[in-house]
Amino acid sequence: MLSYILRRVLILIPTLLGVSIIVFLMLQAMPGDPAELLLGERATDEALFEIREHLGLNEPLYVQYGMFLKRLMKGDLGETIWTRQKVWVEVKQRFPATIELAVAALCIACFFGIILGIVSATRQYSIFDYISMLGALAGVSMPIFWLGLVFMLIFSVNLGWLPLSGRLSIDVDLEIITNFYILDAIITKNWIALKDVLWHIIMPAVTLSTIPMAIVARMTRSAMLEVLRQDYIKTAKAKGLSQFKVVYKHALRNALIPVVTTIGIQFGVTLGGAILTETIFAWPGVGKWMYDAVMQRDYMVIQGGTLFIATLFVVINLCVDVLYAIINPRISVK
Amino acid sequence: MVKKIMLLFILTTFVFSGAAMAASPKMGGTLVFGRGGDSVGLDPAYETDGNSFLVCDNIYEALVAYADESTALEPGLAESWDIAADGKTYTFHLRKGVKFHDGTPFNANAVVFSIGRMMKNRDVKFLGKGYDIPAQDRVPEYWVSMEMDDTIGSIEAVGEYKVVFNLKRVEAPFLANMGMDFADIISPTAFMKNPKEFLRNPVGTGPYKFAQWIKDDRIVLTKNDKYWDKKGGPYMDKVIFRSIPENSVRFLELKTGNIHICQFPNPADIDMARKDPKLKLPTQPGMNIGYLSFNHTKEPWKSNVNLRKAIAHAINRKAIVDNIYQGMGQVANNPIPPTMWGYNKSVPGYKYDVALAKEYLAKAGFPGGEGLGEITLWSMPVPRPYNPEGQKIGVAMAADLKKLGITARIVSYDWGTYLKRQREQPEDMDLFQLGWTGDNGDPDNFLAVLFDGLASSSVRTQWHNETYHNYMLQGKQTVDQAKRTKIYEDALQLIFDECPVISVAHSTVIWPAQKKVMNFKLHPTGSVRMKNVWLDK
Repeated sequence: MLSYILRRVLILIPTLLGVSIIVFLMLQAMPGDPAELLLGERATDEALFEIREHLGLNEPLYVQYGMFLKRLMKGDLGETIWTRQKVWVEVKQRFPATIELAVAALCIACFFGIILGIVSATRQYSIFDYISMLGALAGVSMPIFWLGLVFMLIFSVNLGWLPLSGRLSIDVDLEIITNFYILDAIITKNWIALKDVLWHIIMPAVTLSTIPMAIVARMTRSAMLEVLRQDYIKTAKAKGLSQFKVVYKHALRNALIPVVTTIGIQFGVTLGGAILTETIFAWPGVGKWMYDAVMQRDYMVIQGGTLFIATLFVVINLCVDVLYAIINPRISVK
Repeated sequence: MVKKIMLLFILTTFVFSGAAMAASPKMGGTLVFGRGGDSVGLDPAYETDGNSFLVCDNIYEALVAYADESTALEPGLAESWDIAADGKTYTFHLRKGVKFHDGTPFNANAVVFSIGRMMKNRDVKFLGKGYDIPAQDRVPEYWVSMEMDDTIGSIEAVGEYKVVFNLKRVEAPFLANMGMDFADIISPTAFMKNPKEFLRNPVGTGPYKFAQWIKDDRIVLTKNDKYWDKKGGPYMDKVIFRSIPENSVRFLELKTGNIHICQFPNPADIDMARKDPKLKLPTQPGMNIGYLSFNHTKEPWKSNVNLRKAIAHAINRKAIVDNIYQGMGQVANNPIPPTMWGYNKSVPGYKYDVALAKEYLAKAGFPGGEGLGEITLWSMPVPRPYNPEGQKIGVAMAADLKKLGITARIVSYDWGTYLKRQREQPEDMDLFQLGWTGDNGDPDNFLAVLFDGLASSSVRTQWHNETYHNYMLQGKQTVDQAKRTKIYEDALQLIFDECPVISVAHSTVIWPAQKKVMNFKLHPTGSVRMKNVWLDK
């Protein structure tokens, strides 16, 4: 197992190198450049030249990539073009916000998605099945942007239950240590802040969870239906096991394999969906940051951010593979 | 009778004290300003975006300041200044007893340091030991684009509170430039402590001090209790700048009372704000211009003034302002806003008149648009303060031109490419939209920068006109404002006669605010000054 994990980690190096080359080439093909956008309407030839020179954009392509690789070898993702800050520092400030949101959304998606899927499968073609699958279809097709605004109007503006946007109220103090606000509140035993942070995360997390929830529900349903038709389920039932045991111990465990794969993929999708959710809910995460970087042609942020996300993706996939072995001992990782 | 008089007396006292109470500022409270994006950095010399400057406006001050609601110059950190007879030497007499937020005393060396660090050839002289200014970490963009290296020769601290600027040429807008954000004075000791991190740990002399920055979320400023100007504010304990990217969400935050001021709301939300009894609508005619220009490097646009006028009279600018600016703007008669000195009131603007346009078109040699072929109309891909929706405006203009028989194809690129290609004046560009937001309230900052193509190849319109070029040179080299006003009025008349550009509109800035926000004034430069703002409980 350990050597398997090690091998998978080593594969990370060529993967990331490939990613970096693709991103770099795509950036070069992208029209417009940061100097032009920094100066806007007031650009003069002289100012443009000087900025490009300073940013190394006047160098040939291979030199620019070489410089990027050289920095990368030293573990340095470079400095952002706009904010003149180490990319790594910017990532560190924003990633916890996104991870916190994505994990919360995924937890909600898994919890409700799996339960809905199971109940639908065990009561196939019942009214509940129809309603939940219709709901799942609606969940997949609902634009996050619209949904977020509707939630805001109902739960914040009309009912006043939840805060509209942001991660923390203006009048609540929290000592920031890890940038994971939930964790920081727990570490500092600041229960007022913890309540405030949890209150803030509910609406964006639920908004972000709709699509993965719907997909997980549908996936669980079909996987469960498949498993429930198997002979060993019939045997289990014939043995006189309770419905609960049959479903949760015998059927669910076997049905979970494709579901776990789906959840792994959904994590990536959630990171992508975070761009919109973060924009609507003024959530200071990495999604909005990367989007702005693309609009402003901040090459350093795009390169560094992409590499970071790619690494995360590979690691999550690895976790999913390891999870297979835990869920189903018949699968061994070699 | 005595009772009545007593009653009247009590009532009068009550009414007057009430009025006095409403007018006298209250101390304390936290103001939350909702805006569309975070600041990039807080070192005024190196920033280019409005969101950075509006925070800097409260942390720093410059030698000269703009008046509350105009760009009239007032003493800032300099109490007064003398200009030598030749117009090339400026002596600033600095305010005494001012301290930076970190306790460093403000003096001539701080001025030499702050401005000198932007110079290419650092021809500066400190008083005494001074500072060893570190190499520039990046190009000070505003300094370069305002051509300050061509203006300032050397800076010299000649006394503890006296600084002399020796100019290379007579530059009338120089003083106005010194009121801009890039010319803010910073604490040299704070900068020297960690030059690379200064933009995230700003230290100035302003009414509010920097306290905290959570990226993409908030910047917190606290009151500077030791602020030098004892007249007026700062009144509030804290000012928080919150980033809420989505316009409609930002407005909802205002409606629910979580923020006090909402920057750049959707035009559709303005009406809602008007009906809300808790809100008010601070308004300011923007110091900007959205225009449509011609490719002056190619024929027939270059030398056919009748053709240019035909286009100008064909475009229904009022319809554009009513429908696309949604009333948040005014039709422009001149390319500078009416609030600016030098504005020529006698210029009538091009009237929307299809018949007249057709006449001009025939005179131009293209009756009914024949012989002109399909032309391109470059339309902006992004909203800017002077142009809310370039593409829609483009479509409206093309429809107007169709009435003359001219077929115009809308062309657009991403913003960076649009700016880049436009500067190259390519053959496939006939008409293009662009605009400008003023920096310092000087007409030179509009008229020379935008239209004097003979001065520089960077001028976006590339209109080459000797008479106009001479006006611009005279304007720069004349220090007397009355004479300059006349020069710019003449220049504007020439622009109207020659029609190198069609001034479309000046947009109006409306930022709804809670009624309890008192004394908040929008500034034409877009700066946000919290010094005299207070919160009514």
